[in-house]
Amino acid sequence: MALSNPHAESPRPTPALRLYTFAAPMRFYRLAGAALPWLWLVAFACGVAGLYIGFFVAPTDATQGESYRIIFIHVPAAWLSMLLYLAMAFWAAIGWAFRARMASVLARSIAPTGAMFTALALITGALWGQPTWGTWWVWDARLTSELLLLFLYLGYIALVNAIDDPRRADQAGALLALVGSVNVPIIYFSVKWWNTLHQGATISLTAAPKMAHTMLTAMLLTTLACWAYAFAVVFMRARAMALVRERHTQWAQELAASPAAGTPPRHPGSGPQERVA
Amino acid sequence: MNWGSASEFFAMGGYGLYVWGSYGVALLALVLEPWLAARQHRHALAAVAEASFEEAADEAPPAS
Repeated sequence: MALSNPHAESPRPTPALRLYTFAAPMRFYRLAGAALPWLWLVAFACGVAGLYIGFFVAPTDATQGESYRIIFIHVPAAWLSMLLYLAMAFWAAIGWAFRARMASVLARSIAPTGAMFTALALITGALWGQPTWGTWWVWDARLTSELLLLFLYLGYIALVNAIDDPRRADQAGALLALVGSVNVPIIYFSVKWWNTLHQGATISLTAAPKMAHTMLTAMLLTTLACWAYAFAVVFMRARAMALVRERHTQWAQELAASPAAGTPPRHPGSGPQERVA
Repeated sequence: MNWGSASEFFAMGGYGLYVWGSYGVALLALVLEPWLAARQHRHALAAVAEASFEEAADEAPPAS
């Protein structure tokens, strides 16, 4: 049969190498696929619970009134923007150092989600700054370094997509991601190092939280929701990218041909639409 | 309970534009991104099917 094993007689890769190199993406594809429904469930449940507590249980802020309720999306988005960058740089470095291709795929999959959360942190921050500070934007250390983070994400995405050879693209991206990771501690400590308009850390590991515990509960729940969301959407993108990179392997072709995949199998010689490749 | 009525809830103490603007943008982004990722997955499956078809055509005996 046409689709049973198109590579049976192919002299290209040696069997041992193929088994080793292709096992990881296939296993990743299956495991990530199995995790997706649970991740969406956690994201949805925590998001609804966090917003319910944030809007209906948490009290009005004494100084900022109701405008502070932007915190339940602003702070998770800002945390995720920094942590996703570190995760992206980590996987890009692993992919570079060990030529682990799934690691590079993960790094590439994280970038758009990180950029999205960075943009969200900036936009919600502007919408919070206007009523609180009287301005949408100031060039202070926290805001400027966060804007730089957005440009680092966009630069990484552009660089990786501009180079045709995937391995060279992965390497160049890893270098940019690693150099740019210097910016993350700058963002985090900017409110301490410089005199900025932005308020200091709302919660830290070394001090008691400076907010009502219902506010804190709501914020931690929406943060958990954003985490689960980020894992889910990164896994979706990594699965798609793994499939494209593995399109010449048997497992990917069998998967794409299965009825569950939704793409009807095409057999050579079965109709006039046959093309000579 | 913080709100006496629905309109009070939507007014957000005068900050409605800013609060709901923030959550509106967030909702839009958090819906759009998975939709794009799902589309990318469908395109990936199509690319695999395409590669599989071309390779099978290469190996199939001539039709005549």
